[in-house]
Amino acid sequence: MSPLSPLTAPSGLPTVPAHGPDAAARLATLADVTASDAALRRFLHGLPGVDAVGLEARAAMLGTRSIKTTAKAFAIDLAISMIDLTTLEGADTPGKVRSLCAKGVSPDPTDRSAPKVAAICVYPDMARIAKDALGDSGIHVASVATAFPAGRAARSVKLADVADAVAAGADEIDMVIDRGAFLSGRYMEVFEEIRAVKQACARPDGGAAHLKVIFENGELSTYDNIRRCSWLTMLAGADFIKTSTGKVAVNATPANTLLMLEAVRDFRDTTGVQVGVKPAGGIRTSRDAIKYLVMVNETVGDDWLSPDWFRFGASSLLNDLLMQRQKLSTGRYSGPDYVTVD
Amino acid sequence: MDKMSSVFEYAPAPESRAVVDLAPSYGLFVDGEFREAADGRVFKSLSPSSEEVLAEVAQAGAADVDAAVRAARTAFTGWSALPGTERAKYLFRIARIIQERSRELAVLESLDNGKPIRESRDVDLPLVAAHFFYYAGWADKLQHAGFGADPRPLGVAAQVIPWNFPLLMLAWKVAPALACGNTVVLKPAETTPLSALFFADICRQAGLPKGVVNILTGDGETGAALVGHDGVDKVAFTGSTEVGKAIARTVAGTRKKVTLELGGKAANIVFDDAPVDQAVEGIVNGIFFNQGHVCCAGSRLLVQESVRDEVLDALKRRMSTLRVGDPLDKNTDIGAINSAEQLARITELTAAGEAEGAERWAPACELPSAGYWFAPTLFTGVTQAHRIAREEIFGPVLSVLTFRTPAEAVEKANNTPYGLSAGIWTEKGSRILWMADRLRAGVVWANTFNKFDPTSPFGGYKESGYGREGGRHGLEAYLDVV
Amino acid sequence: MSSERQSKNSSESKSSSQSGKTSDSRKISGAKSSSESGKTTGSKSAPGSKGAPESGKKSAGPAVAERLSVFKTYKLFVGGKFPRSESGRVYEVSDSQGAWLANAPLASRKDARDAVSAARKAFGGWAGATAYNRGQILYRIAEMLEGRREQFVREVAGGEGLSPAGAAAAVDAAIDRWVWYAGWTDKIAQVAGGSNPVAGPFFNLSSPEPTGVVAVLAPQDSSFLGLVSVLAPVIATGNAAVLVTSHRAPLPALSLGEVLATSDLPGGVVNLLSGTAAEIGPHLAAHSDVNAIDLTGADGDLARELEIAAADNLKRVLRPRAEDWTADPGTGRLLAFLETKTVWHPIGV
Repeated sequence: MSPLSPLTAPSGLPTVPAHGPDAAARLATLADVTASDAALRRFLHGLPGVDAVGLEARAAMLGTRSIKTTAKAFAIDLAISMIDLTTLEGADTPGKVRSLCAKGVSPDPTDRSAPKVAAICVYPDMARIAKDALGDSGIHVASVATAFPAGRAARSVKLADVADAVAAGADEIDMVIDRGAFLSGRYMEVFEEIRAVKQACARPDGGAAHLKVIFENGELSTYDNIRRCSWLTMLAGADFIKTSTGKVAVNATPANTLLMLEAVRDFRDTTGVQVGVKPAGGIRTSRDAIKYLVMVNETVGDDWLSPDWFRFGASSLLNDLLMQRQKLSTGRYSGPDYVTVD
Repeated sequence: MDKMSSVFEYAPAPESRAVVDLAPSYGLFVDGEFREAADGRVFKSLSPSSEEVLAEVAQAGAADVDAAVRAARTAFTGWSALPGTERAKYLFRIARIIQERSRELAVLESLDNGKPIRESRDVDLPLVAAHFFYYAGWADKLQHAGFGADPRPLGVAAQVIPWNFPLLMLAWKVAPALACGNTVVLKPAETTPLSALFFADICRQAGLPKGVVNILTGDGETGAALVGHDGVDKVAFTGSTEVGKAIARTVAGTRKKVTLELGGKAANIVFDDAPVDQAVEGIVNGIFFNQGHVCCAGSRLLVQESVRDEVLDALKRRMSTLRVGDPLDKNTDIGAINSAEQLARITELTAAGEAEGAERWAPACELPSAGYWFAPTLFTGVTQAHRIAREEIFGPVLSVLTFRTPAEAVEKANNTPYGLSAGIWTEKGSRILWMADRLRAGVVWANTFNKFDPTSPFGGYKESGYGREGGRHGLEAYLDVV
Repeated sequence: MSSERQSKNSSESKSSSQSGKTSDSRKISGAKSSSESGKTTGSKSAPGSKGAPESGKKSAGPAVAERLSVFKTYKLFVGGKFPRSESGRVYEVSDSQGAWLANAPLASRKDARDAVSAARKAFGGWAGATAYNRGQILYRIAEMLEGRREQFVREVAGGEGLSPAGAAAAVDAAIDRWVWYAGWTDKIAQVAGGSNPVAGPFFNLSSPEPTGVVAVLAPQDSSFLGLVSVLAPVIATGNAAVLVTSHRAPLPALSLGEVLATSDLPGGVVNLLSGTAAEIGPHLAAHSDVNAIDLTGADGDLARELEIAAADNLKRVLRPRAEDWTADPGTGRLLAFLETKTVWHPIGV
């Protein structure tokens, strides 16, 4: 039988993308839950709880799916096309970033049929470099911002960080939430900051950079917090919700990503607004990536199976996908010398 | 919900059958050797997913039962006199060989039973090995088990097991019996005899003394002859309540100690504050695990009225993702119904559900043309009076009822002659304990369902049978106490 | 009590071939019983003995206008009340020499039915009471028995043909048995239950729970020690009991009802029916609202027949076996009427 049937919002509302012009009006219908700190708290704490063991068991079960032959080839290409190819190092240089951009445009020099990645993800000061290097390739420039990864700076500094990246040509902004505020229960503060950042994503031409909101799940610590954070950030206007910075011990896991997929599914059911999901950090192998795609497939279905709605924040993953891709096409196992190192 | 196209279709991922070397025919395993039935009768074991004949097996008659019981009696003297440490080592050997051969046994089990390889591989076989490993460790520690200073075995155990978990039920029966020093004559179910015969080979590989384990394949007649044999000291049965009652009558007035693990009609109770996504998983696992061929299946969903629609929507959405088909495909969630007879029973009861006015729903799913199949199904608008709310369907069919208060949930959950298991889904700890205290069921899963472990006693209240299997409690059934 | 007994003793004394009864009796009761000249078994041992014809014949003589004793009407104990048998039937209870002791109600199928429904009604509350509370009540039963010890010694001696010393030993042992089981109520769960180390992130706990309504065919021979030995463990763990007394010697059991009624034991937890196991047993064994049956008081053929009937709703069956009521009772009878409930819960944050 078919795997997942695509889902439609029981609300009957046509789905609108979170980054589109109609989303704000939809969110306004839920304005009462964000009207005050108390209302927001009541709403978030009224969300269904998450049983950690059950969640992890479900994620693990989906991890046992066996994706073979044609399905595997499809999944590998899809995964490549969903990659936010990332370099976020203090040692980054324009040369390194240009090299990564070239890789993103043409991941496998020996096989031009390999899809290009979704975006190149860099620090704000490298956004301009990346934008120039990518040109009209169609690959987005994603810039982390808001004093990434800790987010510990004055709001004015964070907003300036965002504005700077947007001005430099960033198509997407990956912000971090104020985990301190979230963990101490100052939800409205987190909410308002996201709103402010979203405004800062606006471009003079009337468009706007898409906003990805990073939770840093490893610091939120509990699944209940991750579910609350998902709703909080989606209510605030996030276009994508993202697991982690890649800079702490626990980053994306199948379980926390599954939970966020459930959150975007439920959010669309409630509001008709569709939000993307980006697991980041720690996804290094094709096997891992395919497990995530299975989760997407069996949790939210076709509607999220595109780079517009699901991304991998990764760097080394790409080469593993390329090696698997070569294996599928040649029948021989590939090796690291047959993919490019940047 | 209509079947919709998917951009990500999974290609077939069949587990290889080559790992199983099936002979065209199998004999009875008596006194350490395979032999034909005394009267030469045989029957065929089919693969329920294809109706293909897997092998021919001997049909044990009264003479074979007698021979097996005699062999077990003869072996009992030596086996029961062995130091516990030595018995333990045999069981440890068996556990290890099962682990070594687990892929082969998993494939065999899926072939003969129809269950998905994902379950036979990830649930049945690991539990089988774990069960032998657990009871192996008891064999030399019985004096510490709380049954007196020197608890003695009973003698020859007659064990009759069902077709839903052929090898796992064998393990539940054989491991504690041998650990306690008994010898056994085991009859696997008529439709799933093969894994028990492979187990006989494992006993041989382990060097188990002849006659300690005897396997008689056959039908209900064979089982009745075994249970009724005078040389038997202990009867252990897992199966239907109807047959369980007949066995209880048969052994009445004899010295035979009896344990019965029978049917159920478990309530899976979902409160409005449940962790909804996990509850939906638990409902699905509760009733669709092993095609619902589970005595402790959560076949009655009791959902609080205030969240009925929300839970049902989520449940239907989730059911639409269940993959029904080839048991050997590694992505199959629901395999074949075990037999034509069982399929007929499920079909009859679901027809009765519709006739009694319940509303039937199943996701669109293509069922294979050969073999025995039933789509995952749920009924809404079910009342306590409906047959589908009272009778054990033993198939992938869920009856949905509602309640308003915890007290009403308890009352409805307990309103059944059965009492094997129950599920509770709520985030409120004190409510879990309040409910667990009042549910008349031998196993209560709170915020989980269908979990099994060799250390955890399993068994029912009321007409779900008596005695416990698993854990320290499981030893009592095979010791001469009380 | 002592005056009541003395009046009985004096009015109902009869010659006895047994010796030493007087001093035994005196020792037991500590009462002034100089007038006791008869045996403590036989008619005068039963407080309500209606042995008028005999005592009339055997009395010392009409010279003293003795006070006419007050007979006791023995009744069933059902739902905390003392009804007669709905059938209106009684049967004669005699001592070991065949002398008439009293009439006992001959309980019927309908009495059994009423007793089961009373037991079912009481079960929830009793099972739900704290183990400490149940222990206190069982201990209270022992206290109350201690106070009526002489009465039971007489009844046991009369019914079983025991010497006063033998009867006293049996009664003492029975009282001590209540104490033993009183102490078990809040310990058996720790002995029979426990945590199970499952291979996964789950809390897993097994606890014993009472089976429900337990029908008990009390031993025929040991009318009091045997009775207590089968009854106390059933209710110690929270079950409700419907007990059929020894047919031959029902009086100690029926008197026990009076003790139970004044021991804070909720009505219906114990229901006592005098009559025959052969008549009442089949109805109890076949009753769908009875969860278990103790066949101790049934002989071989009857036991088998009842075990077959019990299979209709898969009652737990305790088969009859050779018993030494004076032996250490162990935990077997406690465990026989317990179910094991195992509760799982995930461990996670």
